[in-house]
Amino acid sequence: MEAIILQILNGLDKGSAYALIALGLTLIFGTLGVVNFAHGALFMIGAFCAVTFSRILTLSHTVVDETKTDFLGNPLKVDVPYLHDLFGQATGDAIIDWAVPLSILFTVPVMMFVGYAMERGLIKHFYNRPHADQILVTFGLAIVLQEVIKYFYGANPIPTPAPQAFAGSFDFGAALGFDPNLIIYPYWRIIYFVFAAVIIGAVFAFLQYTTFGMVVRAGMADRETVGLLGINIDKRFTIMFGLAAAVAGLAGVMYTPINSPNYHMGMDFLVLSFVVVVVGGMGSLPGAVLAGFLLGILESFASMREVLEILPGLNQIIIYLVAIVILLTRPRGLMGRKGVMED
Amino acid sequence: MLGLNKKDLQLMLIVTGLTMLAPFILNPFPESSGMAQFNAGYPDLMQRFVIFGIFAIGFNLLFGLTGYLSFGHAAFLGVGSYGAIWMMKLVTLNVIPAIFMGVIVAGIFSVAVGYICLRRSGIYFSILTLAFAQMSYALAYSVLTPITGGETGLQIKSTDRPLLSNLAEGETGRANLFGMDMRQSFELNVGDWLFTFNAGYYIAAVVMLIAFYISIRIFRSPFGLMLRAIKSNQTRMSYTGLNPRPHTLAAFVISGMYAGLAGGLLVAMDTQVGPERMFWTASGEVVLMTILGGVGTLIGPVLGAGVIKYMENILSKINKDVLHEWFAFMPDGLEDFIVFLVYPFIGKGWHLTLGILFMLVVIFLPGGLVEGGQRIGKWIKNRGKAKDTGGSTEPAE
Amino acid sequence: MSKSNFTRRGLLKTSAVAGAGLALPTIFTAQSAHAFTNEPTGGTVTLGFNVPQTGPYADEGADELRAYQLAVEHLNGGGDGGMLNTFSSKELDGTGILGKKVEYVTGDTQTKSDAARASAKSMIEKDGAIMITGGSSSGVAVAVQALCQEAGVIFMAGLTHSNDTTGKDRKANGFRHFFNSYMSGAALAPVLANAYGTDRKAYHLTADYNWGYTTEEAVKASTEAMGWETVAAVKTPLTQTDFSSYIAPVLQSGADTLVLNHYGGNMVNSLTNAVQFGLRDKQVNGKDFQIVVPLYSRLMAKGAGANVKGIFGSTNWHWSLQDEGSKAFVKSFGTKYGFPPSQAAHTTYVQTLLYADAVQRAGSFAPCAVAEALEDFEFDGLGNGKTLYRGADHQCFKDVLVVKGKENPTSEFDLLEIVEVTPVEQVTYAPDHPQMGGPEATLGACNNGA
Repeated sequence: MEAIILQILNGLDKGSAYALIALGLTLIFGTLGVVNFAHGALFMIGAFCAVTFSRILTLSHTVVDETKTDFLGNPLKVDVPYLHDLFGQATGDAIIDWAVPLSILFTVPVMMFVGYAMERGLIKHFYNRPHADQILVTFGLAIVLQEVIKYFYGANPIPTPAPQAFAGSFDFGAALGFDPNLIIYPYWRIIYFVFAAVIIGAVFAFLQYTTFGMVVRAGMADRETVGLLGINIDKRFTIMFGLAAAVAGLAGVMYTPINSPNYHMGMDFLVLSFVVVVVGGMGSLPGAVLAGFLLGILESFASMREVLEILPGLNQIIIYLVAIVILLTRPRGLMGRKGVMED
Repeated sequence: MLGLNKKDLQLMLIVTGLTMLAPFILNPFPESSGMAQFNAGYPDLMQRFVIFGIFAIGFNLLFGLTGYLSFGHAAFLGVGSYGAIWMMKLVTLNVIPAIFMGVIVAGIFSVAVGYICLRRSGIYFSILTLAFAQMSYALAYSVLTPITGGETGLQIKSTDRPLLSNLAEGETGRANLFGMDMRQSFELNVGDWLFTFNAGYYIAAVVMLIAFYISIRIFRSPFGLMLRAIKSNQTRMSYTGLNPRPHTLAAFVISGMYAGLAGGLLVAMDTQVGPERMFWTASGEVVLMTILGGVGTLIGPVLGAGVIKYMENILSKINKDVLHEWFAFMPDGLEDFIVFLVYPFIGKGWHLTLGILFMLVVIFLPGGLVEGGQRIGKWIKNRGKAKDTGGSTEPAE
Repeated sequence: MSKSNFTRRGLLKTSAVAGAGLALPTIFTAQSAHAFTNEPTGGTVTLGFNVPQTGPYADEGADELRAYQLAVEHLNGGGDGGMLNTFSSKELDGTGILGKKVEYVTGDTQTKSDAARASAKSMIEKDGAIMITGGSSSGVAVAVQALCQEAGVIFMAGLTHSNDTTGKDRKANGFRHFFNSYMSGAALAPVLANAYGTDRKAYHLTADYNWGYTTEEAVKASTEAMGWETVAAVKTPLTQTDFSSYIAPVLQSGADTLVLNHYGGNMVNSLTNAVQFGLRDKQVNGKDFQIVVPLYSRLMAKGAGANVKGIFGSTNWHWSLQDEGSKAFVKSFGTKYGFPPSQAAHTTYVQTLLYADAVQRAGSFAPCAVAEALEDFEFDGLGNGKTLYRGADHQCFKDVLVVKGKENPTSEFDLLEIVEVTPVEQVTYAPDHPQMGGPEATLGACNNGA
């Protein structure tokens, strides 16, 4: 019982990451009809926004400490962040400690701009090209983006811890009346889940309850007619692309304390996020979210020791197995519309 | 001749000429010059050119004709390789049975996968094939280690004793064709040039020519026409009373067998298999090769395969010292500056160059390198006459 | 015309200069049959440095490459000579190898066995490399080692930790200086028993591929011999990035120690996740919960950041060692590049020196002669104390370092502290040890190629 509750928690947490990435992907596909293989790269750039921001916070000048020596026996050079000079050591350290949550403020404009530039500079020219061309050009872009990041940040993962205040884990077991320590869950992951839920809710609300969202939805359904009504749908779609990029970027920022970011994290997520989107049904936002959570939970169950003892290797293939079963029983995924991306 | 029309025959003859003379064509630079770095005429790379050419030709038969984009084609190459190496480990070191085994195993696997995946079309089909390939990769890497060798893969060991071989005690078996070692080479030394004629390469090249010939015949056959009909309008095709499914499945299986053939040849040339061969990036690579060269064209996929393998093997080997050697004639400051500019794109940065190249080709040459060639050809033809018409008005597609 | 299995362009690069002057298209044949693959006949000798330059291990590969360049510099008499001054064998004199200037070519393994073999083959076939070295994973090491065996060149393994490299997949032409899973287990177990007691319950998370299997087996065997109990061992996919669903159930199992048989990105992520779950603040069975990482590397420790603090593991070498050899190497590496070398850099540097020295002592580049010179060679002054290159399996036997994540690092390189130097006797095993492939494992015959 405890084990099952624990894996449901895990699944929700994993699922929220999948859902968040898949949501951005579907948003782009649903509005612009573009299959964006560079979406994983946007996720990765978001994560590196957090890295960059914490580097900015720790911009330092060097002070030579004569009392200590470095590995070559020379006097040790100690980096002192400018923030220490500005606010004193304690406050400076506290700000640096909160680098990840603070970098959200930095990430949103950066990602909006990246998305805008991508759409205007490249994607725009591909609306009327075959999907294969879109896949290839965005895939090429993804490679270029990740190589640029690698050039500047190296290939090694870069640790970006959560603030000290969120270290450790919450004891659900004790709260629910089980023995302590049986069902524990890290604070940061709980925050990630809540954060994802808020973002997903906000995107839905935005599309559902604002005039802007209404026009975009109308454009998704019938672009031509909306255009004939004298509405500049292209401009709105560009904004949607920027928004989707920001969602991907935020997913990346908040993910950095869970896994230290590295330049190929986007590619690691790319295949998975496509599976999620397709299982959910191409172009369906609720489908993407549902599929994200479903696959997250099933993946967590498949990694249980008890399950692996019966079916060794199930954890290696569960995602794909589920995808095959769903696509064979439901031709257009969970909530896909007919005729979308079927030819 | 050979059941080909004049134009196809011409193409076939050109390809034959190019592959047979590859050791010369790929080694244009003298050994002692700095440009020798760009020579590609050594056995391993030449073999890879033709083998991945076969792989891409096969992929193009499916994607170029029917429009079904398989994102898991590397799985067939992988299982073909495993089939071939087990044949060599257990039965005989002759490469022919091994290659056939590769084709058969890949064929059977593609019947099973194709039967399931072809129930869906479009991106749903792509994801289904991707799922099968990723499962094959993950299982081969982990729980199937007793069969696949896992991470370290399979090699022929000194303890392997194939049934139909008479190896001395402790001798490691080598892939051969009726006693001819795949690694045998003739070297021809002309002045400062060195040309290598490798047995394995020529065997692979002959197989590639056969594969290329079959692909031309399929393109020009009624069956090929049927496949194109599936691409342009499947609904209309079924209204005329034709069932597209068996045709698509046949194309899928043929394409899978081409992949198996490539896998078998890879093992024949270099007796080793690892599971990375089936990873999704390997499947993605063949898609890139085909599109880069030109989808639906006969020669495009081979060109694409050549370009990608060339970059992977030649560009990645250029390091900073080599650059400094090249630009040594410049004044120091300028030399450093040029090296600084070029360095991110070579050696460890070869992926970056690849990515940029893809983007450029897709943006400006939707028909791939073949279209580029055609445009240049047309430009040369038109240069003399009709200056007033200006640029070509022909649409890109 | 000549007939050969592997070509030797290294020869032509130098000897063909004469031919370049010929204006007439004279076809002249290459010299008579040569003794072995890529026999260097000019004034230079080419070594092939095959390291990951793209993919997740690119930084490790870059560090290996730096060490190789340094080794070449030292062999050719440049720089301060580094470990040549502390090496117990004094054959090398800074005039290259056997009087030939050392040159090198580089390639990208991409940490894929196919790509690594393609790259190694191009070095052998195109560039005339006489020796191939490098790599950052056991899959690649085993694949390239098999290739070098076929081709008839020497393979000096880089970073490869799996038992298989010199165990069931050992080859006569392949040599490994790096330590292995068995040694990690044997060195760690007594230190762990000392620090955490002998009645621990261990929970293993193991990367689901060959290296993971051998490491799990080795650590299990050594810790169980100390009295530990293994509660469970769960395999995790290589491609896994989030380990939460594997780590969450650990406490429920009643285990009080978590062993992470992971390397690279897997290790960074699983350790980060485990620490995030607050496992180290928990008490189980009345004992503090502990985490162990059998194989450490400084680059990985850097990726995991503060999470490594206080966590035990083993490593092949660390720059803070105070013997003369290590100090000399750290000094010349640090002076040239501005930061201390990693263990990958150390092992590749040492391998290059050992190869050069063996050639010098053998008086020949012929692989079989070099192999003979390396077999059962005892040396000192290369950073790990007295070391034996055992002839039976071509594995180096030397002291193993047990390290711990440092609590108060003074710099970004100062992440690990040495807890104990486990003497070589404690990590030595029989060549036909069951974990090493048992009695069937054989080197085969050495191959000179051509």
